[in-house]
Amino acid sequence: MTNKTVLHAKHLESGAKMVDFYGWEMPINYGSQIEEHHAVRTDAGMFDVSHMTIVDVQGSDAQTFLRRLVINDVAKLATPGKALYTGMCNEEGGVIDDLIIYYFSETNYRLVVNSATREKDLAWMAKQSEGFDITITERPEFGMIAVQGPEAKAKVANLLTPAEIVAVEGMKPFYGVQVGDLFIATTGYTGEDGYEIIVPDSAAEEFWEKLLKVGVKPCGLGARDTLRLEAGMNLYGLDMDESVSPLAANMAWTISWEPEERHFIGREVLAAQRAAADQPKLVGLVLEEKGVLRSHQRVVTEFGDGEITSGTFSPTLEHSVALARVPRSVKVGDTVEVEMRKKLVKVQVTKPSFVRNGKKVF
Amino acid sequence: MSNIPSELKYVTSHEWVRNEGDGTVTVGITEHAQGLLGDMVFVELPEVGETVSTGDDICVAESVKAASDIYAPVTGEIVEVNEELEDSPELVNSDAFGDGWLFKIKLDDAAELDALLDAEGYANSIDED
Repeated sequence: MTNKTVLHAKHLESGAKMVDFYGWEMPINYGSQIEEHHAVRTDAGMFDVSHMTIVDVQGSDAQTFLRRLVINDVAKLATPGKALYTGMCNEEGGVIDDLIIYYFSETNYRLVVNSATREKDLAWMAKQSEGFDITITERPEFGMIAVQGPEAKAKVANLLTPAEIVAVEGMKPFYGVQVGDLFIATTGYTGEDGYEIIVPDSAAEEFWEKLLKVGVKPCGLGARDTLRLEAGMNLYGLDMDESVSPLAANMAWTISWEPEERHFIGREVLAAQRAAADQPKLVGLVLEEKGVLRSHQRVVTEFGDGEITSGTFSPTLEHSVALARVPRSVKVGDTVEVEMRKKLVKVQVTKPSFVRNGKKVF
Repeated sequence: MSNIPSELKYVTSHEWVRNEGDGTVTVGITEHAQGLLGDMVFVELPEVGETVSTGDDICVAESVKAASDIYAPVTGEIVEVNEELEDSPELVNSDAFGDGWLFKIKLDDAAELDALLDAEGYANSIDED
């Protein structure tokens, strides 16, 4: 059965081309994904991300539970509304999912996880919660709209009451705040300024319509992918999955090794991998000539083969970029080769981040 | 339903062919095909003077989404390619049957055109996709 988000009819009204995305009928574009991409880099665009799964974790053991469940340490979160990006690993140190955790209090957290992994995530959390005094509550009664771009915040401000504007004013990156019906967070998946806004289903269509009226351009999954890839942000299922260590997916920064006595799931395996320094790593690749780097293409290096995990044409840079998993000895600045359509093509190795706030960053 | 001009001939692999009446044909990809591929970012065209046979992959249309082979719809010699596409590959999206043409072939055997699909035949073939 195909799921539809609360904004499905709005997408059709805007001329969206709809595709199946892990069981959800979602807009891939509304005409041109490149135009949508540029709207986000230069002005403001919005994405329906209502398919993503919101899960509230509450109860006296909520903090203790999450300190075991994820590789980052939620005890670092001290200011209400502060958010954390991290991974949830299995006992073998493979990434079950990546997620954002919002902190409200030590007994109250909100998690946003991928829709494609919803069932296994919920099953894993339920299994791990045994013995903890917590409740895990999925919140399907909300829609979610990401409004992103240099003009995104100013355009959203047109829709808010004076009191709401005060509540979001000066919010630092990676915070969320409940203002009236809306949960507004300074997070995103594009490398631009903006908000991710959780809105009750009953108010979602009207909110979307108002955003359209203030000139926010609807953007589909196509632009979402080129934007996140330019920003060097991982996509679960391509850049990492359960067979991949966070150390091999540019997620080492999301692991909190201190304090040593915190026994998060996967810790032993990950600590051994870290000590051995034998995991491959995720790097950026840049091809300035013609051609487009694509997922699963082979990367040939003097230290052995690697593989492109995500590749695309970068509309901002006007050439192709990719994320690739390569042997750890490969260095930023090296030239390696990619097998493209039976030919070996030279590409440059960069840090896995290409564009931030509209500008080239490598 | 996409636009499928009745004066053109088609191949199930989504190329269109226009008989120029002087022994040459112009070839492009259909509006339906460009819609499937999405925004075009590079087009790798064949060389002028190259001899091609029906069914050869001679051109690559690379969109944001995928790289797609374009096949020679007839046998002959490439006599012209659309150099505009070098800088403006998006013409394939905006005007698939016009300014977004790909290449021209001088036919070895004009009878080959009779074997191609007409608009109705092509419309039926994409219904089955």
